Amino acid sequence: MSVLNPSVPKPDLYRFTMPVVAVLGAIFGFITGNIFGSPAIGLVLGAIIGAALAAGLDRITGMDRWKKIWGTAAVFAIAGLIAGGVGGLVGGTVVGVSMGWFTTWISSGKYRASVPSYYTAGQVLWHNTFLFICAFVFFFLIAPLFPVAWLSFNAEDFFTFTPEMLAFKAEGYSLKHYADFLGSDEWMVPLKNSLIIAPIATIISVSLGTLAAIGLSQSHVPGRQAIMAILISPMIVPLIISATGMFFFYAPLGNWLQANLGLNQAFVGYVKVILAHAVLGIPFVIITVTATLVGFDRSLTRAAANMGADPVTTFFRIQMPLILPGVISGGLFAFITSFDEVVVVLFVGSARQQTLPWQMFTGLREQISPTILAAATILVTISILLLTTVELLRRRSERLRGMSPG
Amino acid sequence: MSDTTQEPMIAADGRPLKQSLARALRRQKLRALALIAPLLLFVMVTFIIPILSMLFRSVENQIVSNTLPHTVVALQEWDSAQSELPDEEVFRHLYFDLFKAAEAKEHSRLGTRLNYEKTGLSSVFRTTGRRLDDMGEVFQDPLEDINENFKNGAFWYEMLSGEGGEELLESRRTLWARLTGDSMAGDIGFVPSSQMADMLPWTTRAYTDFAIWTVVEEEDVVAEEDPWEAVYAGLAYDLQSEETRANIASYGGPGAEALKDAVANFDKLPKVDFKAAFAEAKEDWVTTDLWATVQVFSADYTPGYFLNAVDLELTPEGVQAKPENQQIYMQLFMRTLWMALVITGSCIVLGYPVAWLLANLPMRTANTLMILVLLPFWTSLLVRTSAWKVLLQQQGVINDILVWLGFVDDANRLILMNNATGTIIAMTHILLPFMILPLYSVMKTIPPSYLRAAKSLGATNWTAFWRVYFPQSVPGIGAGSILVFILAIGYYITPEIVGGTDGIFISNRIAYHISSSLNWGLAAALGSILLVVVLVLYWAYDKIVGIDNVKLGG
Repeated sequence: MSVLNPSVPKPDLYRFTMPVVAVLGAIFGFITGNIFGSPAIGLVLGAIIGAALAAGLDRITGMDRWKKIWGTAAVFAIAGLIAGGVGGLVGGTVVGVSMGWFTTWISSGKYRASVPSYYTAGQVLWHNTFLFICAFVFFFLIAPLFPVAWLSFNAEDFFTFTPEMLAFKAEGYSLKHYADFLGSDEWMVPLKNSLIIAPIATIISVSLGTLAAIGLSQSHVPGRQAIMAILISPMIVPLIISATGMFFFYAPLGNWLQANLGLNQAFVGYVKVILAHAVLGIPFVIITVTATLVGFDRSLTRAAANMGADPVTTFFRIQMPLILPGVISGGLFAFITSFDEVVVVLFVGSARQQTLPWQMFTGLREQISPTILAAATILVTISILLLTTVELLRRRSERLRGMSPG
Repeated sequence: MSDTTQEPMIAADGRPLKQSLARALRRQKLRALALIAPLLLFVMVTFIIPILSMLFRSVENQIVSNTLPHTVVALQEWDSAQSELPDEEVFRHLYFDLFKAAEAKEHSRLGTRLNYEKTGLSSVFRTTGRRLDDMGEVFQDPLEDINENFKNGAFWYEMLSGEGGEELLESRRTLWARLTGDSMAGDIGFVPSSQMADMLPWTTRAYTDFAIWTVVEEEDVVAEEDPWEAVYAGLAYDLQSEETRANIASYGGPGAEALKDAVANFDKLPKVDFKAAFAEAKEDWVTTDLWATVQVFSADYTPGYFLNAVDLELTPEGVQAKPENQQIYMQLFMRTLWMALVITGSCIVLGYPVAWLLANLPMRTANTLMILVLLPFWTSLLVRTSAWKVLLQQQGVINDILVWLGFVDDANRLILMNNATGTIIAMTHILLPFMILPLYSVMKTIPPSYLRAAKSLGATNWTAFWRVYFPQSVPGIGAGSILVFILAIGYYITPEIVGGTDGIFISNRIAYHISSSLNWGLAAALGSILLVVVLVLYWAYDKIVGIDNVKLGG
């Protein structure tokens, strides 16, 4: 029970619960009826079923709420299975869970639980509508990733769901796109390139960026604003412009390196892409590390100096361990920037430096095979792992600074 | 205290304190700069200089004066407003300039460049390039009939080499270097004789060009190679002057006999008329339009690319609008701005409620829900774009569900992709976290008690929100909007994949000019305009939130 509203009154069954559930039932009925070509009948039937469900669930007392919901879901799922096969089963389950949840939520009065008791009906309605809108936005943010993961197990070479997949038949699914991804040079070479380029670019941006951030956080830096603007500019200038500029400048630079330093072409190619990616990652390092340094207690370095530590020792033994979370999260941003970057590498690199995003981009443009989706799923998994790391680091840093309760 | 005003305070080392402090401050500044310097240098070289090189490219136009150096100078006198063609001198310079360019295969590049300004010029230069040898052979054959020695490469070498022509050699080398972009350095093994350069200026010049090219690019020995047709044309032209013919009569150096033969049989040589020869090769050469275009674009720096980028063109009559059917860039800029605005607007509409919810929920719940915002933010752009391709295509998930539910007829599936709709939906999804995060960080700082205070003073929910909460969240909207807008107008990948032809941005056009049409100057000009727009927005961003306040989703 909520703190705001400890005693939620149970709403009236006939004047409130039944009509409200009937409306939801009518909506589902309309959609279901539409599948069979008679939305009007579906609308009426849905309303009746909704009202009946509300009345029925209300009569059953002494049963756990979730049991009621799953019971409703089971009934609807079986009805769906009979009416429309596997598709009906899934649809029926979705409708059943929604109806069951909604009915118990309405009839128990829980919908008022999180608002103050003096709220009017309109305010309660708005509050709940608002929550539904937010839920929709979260759905919009996350949902697009699921079909990708699902389709990556497609047994066919299509970008679309096959009837077998929708019927959940085993022959509709396979791991062959993962095998393709892991077993072919077409994907492994780009992955290897990405794994060469991104870490080196990250090391460059983190080492130079951390030094500069420490410099920038000193109290007297002449031209601080201008320097900051220059260092942040790779993030502000649209990638396409950076790529165009680099395209014009890096080609002669590469030729010069080849001609004057006698480096071979492949090596120079990697150098160009790494330099380009390193500079794109720098703003992220600068921003995160300067932000961390804001909370850094300067008296610690003075104390270290006082006890006879030279600046280098002070840096590595005192300052670095404390700002490490900021440095690592800046490094992760830089890594992701490089690992995910395609425009600049398209313009600056040659076929030998083809990276994973480049290969995905080509694949998407020419729509070759769902191997892209397997690659995408693997990348999502990696980004979930990275996200977890950053979150843990953030919590650790806040705990160290005593800012967070947990 | 009065005694301290009399004498300066002394630091531990015996210096006045003021001086000592100033020194410490200076050292501190230097140390800070020393820490920043490596990165600043790195960013300068790897980022700022490339951007400047793009700006330079957008006005750079040296190709015309590098390829046709003498023609451009001779053409300066000509007045394009009159209906007369340039005189023979211009055509003569054109012949020798173009001959060199054709040997270096640079003439078609010039043709391509001028074709951006006037269609058809590419083929004019290409066709003419193939006819230049014939135009010289007209003189080569009779000269070789007059005296066998003219067939002999060694004879030419002996006749024209000598002393005192180092200056001529170096000036010709510089012109070659400008034409090819190589340094053309190296020992040529040939120095033109200054006597010949005075007597037969065009012949010597053409032969010197030939010698440099033969040695540096083809790595042959000058004396062993037969000269270009242009050298014969040069001789034929030199012989036209009565003064030259008189000089040859009194000349006694190498090749005097052959030259005297040529003078004696002067009437056997066809009359030198380059204008007629060019007219025969391609009649466009005797139109004033072509020459007017060459003249307008002969400057080393041109606003032409920028004018093209805003659907104008530089004509001999001044700046004019392009024909209606060729006006695409203003429309594209407008569309880019418009779509970026729509995307920013939808991000505000979707992001504001979510940010509000996250800012007002208990910390723990908010952090959990924040993962739903950060996961797409951390997911590869390509992954999200491919997700939208899967969802939006005609056989895609959204259409499949709508067809299954009976809302859309199977035969008339919605076209959600390869148009502006697709780009807007996909980019709203991709950029939404960039709106939510700044909004959230601003809303987090607004005390919830303000809203309660407003309500306790009798404000309705709406008034309390609109008059009290909303104004305080405006900086967040501003920060998020500018961030999303800047990112949106420069987007390339997503419009390229889901945008089709109606949903592309100016950036796709830039990429097209870089990789397909190879009109790099125009790409640079379009990029520069976009850069200016972004920098103005960036400046506004700095004014509203400050660069230091950029927060990342951590």
